[in-house]
Amino acid sequence: MRLTTLLTSKLSLVAASFMAVSVAAPVQAAECIAPSNPGGGWDFTCRTIGRIMQELDLVDGNVQITNMPGGVGAVTYAMVANERPDDAELFVATSTVGITQIAQGRYPAPLDAMRYIAMLGADVGVIAVDNDSPIQTLADLNEILVSDPASVTTAGSSSAGGWDHLRLLMVAREAGQESLGDIRWVQFDGGTDAVTQMMGGQIDVVSTDIGEIAGFIESGDIRVLAALSDEPIPAFPDIPTAKSQGIDVTGYNWRGVYTGGKITDAEYDKWVSDLETLYNSENWQTAAVEFGLVPIWRGGADFEAYVREQRDVMEQISRDIGVIN
Amino acid sequence: METLSLLAGGFAVAFTPLNLTLLFAGCFFGTLIGALPGLGPVNGIAVLIPLTFAFGFDPASSLILLSAVYFGTMFGGRISSILLNIPGDEPAIMTTLDGYPMARAGRAADALAISGVASFVGATIAVIGLSLFAPLLARAAIHFGPADYFALYILAFATIGGISGIDPRKTLISALLGLMIATIGIDPISGIPRFTGNNYHVYDGIEPIVALVGLFAISEILFLLEKTVKERTKAIHVESWLPSWKAIWMTRWAMLRGSFVGFVAGVLPGAGASLGSVMSYTAEKQKSNRDGTFGKGDPRGVAAPEAGNNSASGGALIPMLSLGVPGSGTTAVMLAMLISLNVQPGPLLFERQPELVWGLVASLYMANVALLILNLPMIGIFTRLMAVPTWALMPIVAAVSFVGVFSISNSTFDLELMVAFGVAGYILRKMDINLVPLVLGLLLGGDMERNLRRAMSISDGDWSILIASPISITLYILTAGFLALSIYLMRRENIREKALSE
Repeated sequence: MRLTTLLTSKLSLVAASFMAVSVAAPVQAAECIAPSNPGGGWDFTCRTIGRIMQELDLVDGNVQITNMPGGVGAVTYAMVANERPDDAELFVATSTVGITQIAQGRYPAPLDAMRYIAMLGADVGVIAVDNDSPIQTLADLNEILVSDPASVTTAGSSSAGGWDHLRLLMVAREAGQESLGDIRWVQFDGGTDAVTQMMGGQIDVVSTDIGEIAGFIESGDIRVLAALSDEPIPAFPDIPTAKSQGIDVTGYNWRGVYTGGKITDAEYDKWVSDLETLYNSENWQTAAVEFGLVPIWRGGADFEAYVREQRDVMEQISRDIGVIN
Repeated sequence: METLSLLAGGFAVAFTPLNLTLLFAGCFFGTLIGALPGLGPVNGIAVLIPLTFAFGFDPASSLILLSAVYFGTMFGGRISSILLNIPGDEPAIMTTLDGYPMARAGRAADALAISGVASFVGATIAVIGLSLFAPLLARAAIHFGPADYFALYILAFATIGGISGIDPRKTLISALLGLMIATIGIDPISGIPRFTGNNYHVYDGIEPIVALVGLFAISEILFLLEKTVKERTKAIHVESWLPSWKAIWMTRWAMLRGSFVGFVAGVLPGAGASLGSVMSYTAEKQKSNRDGTFGKGDPRGVAAPEAGNNSASGGALIPMLSLGVPGSGTTAVMLAMLISLNVQPGPLLFERQPELVWGLVASLYMANVALLILNLPMIGIFTRLMAVPTWALMPIVAAVSFVGVFSISNSTFDLELMVAFGVAGYILRKMDINLVPLVLGLLLGGDMERNLRRAMSISDGDWSILIASPISITLYILTAGFLALSIYLMRRENIREKALSE
């Protein structure tokens, strides 16, 4: 089985390079598209995976990185669906944000148009208040969100219906608030923007990824009420998880990759096993932590099921709060 | 005192042979990249980040190289603004207003030199402000809430009316068009697409640089095409290939005022370099336009926005480093650059990695010195571009515009959009509508709307939040004063013109 997998993938590689030569283009062993401008999370995913694949000799030559911003990933999604669905040398960076877009019908093709290979790490969602806030625990916040939602202003780096907003609402719903639309939400351009506005007294609660705002936690400017992860975050073991406080909600912003929906199973399995090798390497574990991610592995069928379930949850909440009909 | 010794340490690092070489090489290539329309700091830095990994430079050397490229591209953006009326990047747009008329009048060398010296003065003042007040200012800036930012944008838009000045109605039309274009795309507040026609290419909104290159470069090509068909263009009589020091010295106060205004705009994380150069220009015009020379090639109209822009870029480092909030597109690039070097800006950066912070400040400053040394002697070469016949120059500009815009997103849609903007720009210019307010509307309109709506979300729809803070009240009073002064000056101008014509 293993041998045939290898054989087919080698064969297809040979065929692909033969085709590439015939149009006189340089042989590319792999290409990663970051559907964003240089510098963001998707760009990091591509550049880091690309670099480590070379370091581990998982590819011949180098991994070409292409930035293709547009439509929060929709431009790339359409291009792969229409032009390169069977290109086994291509992989594309995505994250929870991409799945949110799909759940709300903002991508030109459905989830099934692609094959989701793996997630290799995640930024953990947190819910934080200013250090001077009277709200001391997640239970305090939940009580307010249920009994008097108009008295607090919540904020984060996503639009209404974006992931920062949705995971806060998941907490509120778990706490017993049914009419989620009553909770006031303000969008800022980034997690740090929201935190500094909270320090300036404009807003009360921030829901966002921990990576970007870790400095404010260490400096004591803000207090984190809950981490939306299964286990405490390694860098901040003292922050209680929402689960440990009786609220069964996790809110990872995972980083992973997909490829075209028409590649063969053998090609797909090869990607999954290559990325698993990469995930287990020292190189990836170091790079992920340096970028503020918690290394988490989900790959293959397991990951595809996870992505589908996440889409369903998001679609339901988006419908509940009226972001989509 | 400690700050000063750290800063001195930063300079010491910059003075090694390798770092000096990187500094000058970065400035040189940055200038070239920046001078090409469509290619700006984002492209320059994006290309270089992987290169610094490949060569295995240490963080200090990488920072020096990237800062040199960054300021090089910023300076290069001015060259095409002045010589071709095509801004190389967004903040360079104000430089076209007086820089290009200066070049048409044969004073390209002066304009280039003033822009170089003004950038240097602006950077110097920003470095001084940064060293003295950085942590203090960062803590003050967080008290600016969405309602205050909205008031600041209102002030900025009130001053735009004073830019082109010929016919306020046409300025208004132009600015409104820009504001309308700024609403295209997924609304970041509600997450709902607006005016996109279900075309996901515009879900992220209209990329300002695509509009900018279309409106300026492509429409300029169309204009020159028309001219070459209809008439033989006369070569511009160049007064001098080299700048005169007297002209530079005459703009010293404009540079200082511009630097101050720009620095204040830069420190506010929601404002940034484009706003800085706009406010510096309009403030200077209000102050100095006694004889109606602004917009017709007044050297102070080049000095003020150039100083303001660089000073704002320096000032914007304060919220970027101490809060991790990038104030503008350009500081967002710097932030990406720092993260790629495993530096996470935030409240503890100044305490934990002071050598790195001051190393960065020192290298930014050194980049400005290097640019001055490198570019003043090269002005003679750049000015000779003016002597290149249009039939040779314009095809190159067209080719570079297409390549530059394509390199941003790898999509042909942006090329079509650019050409559409070019045609629209040509038509608007035929109607004597200045395009600068349009681009400013596009650049600033999105942030203005977002801050208004954030304020409304916070107050749950109560409009009184807009005048609930002392900061916003002060800004509205300033706006009213500014408008009153503009109307008064316009009246006086009219009376004087009447007197002259009689």
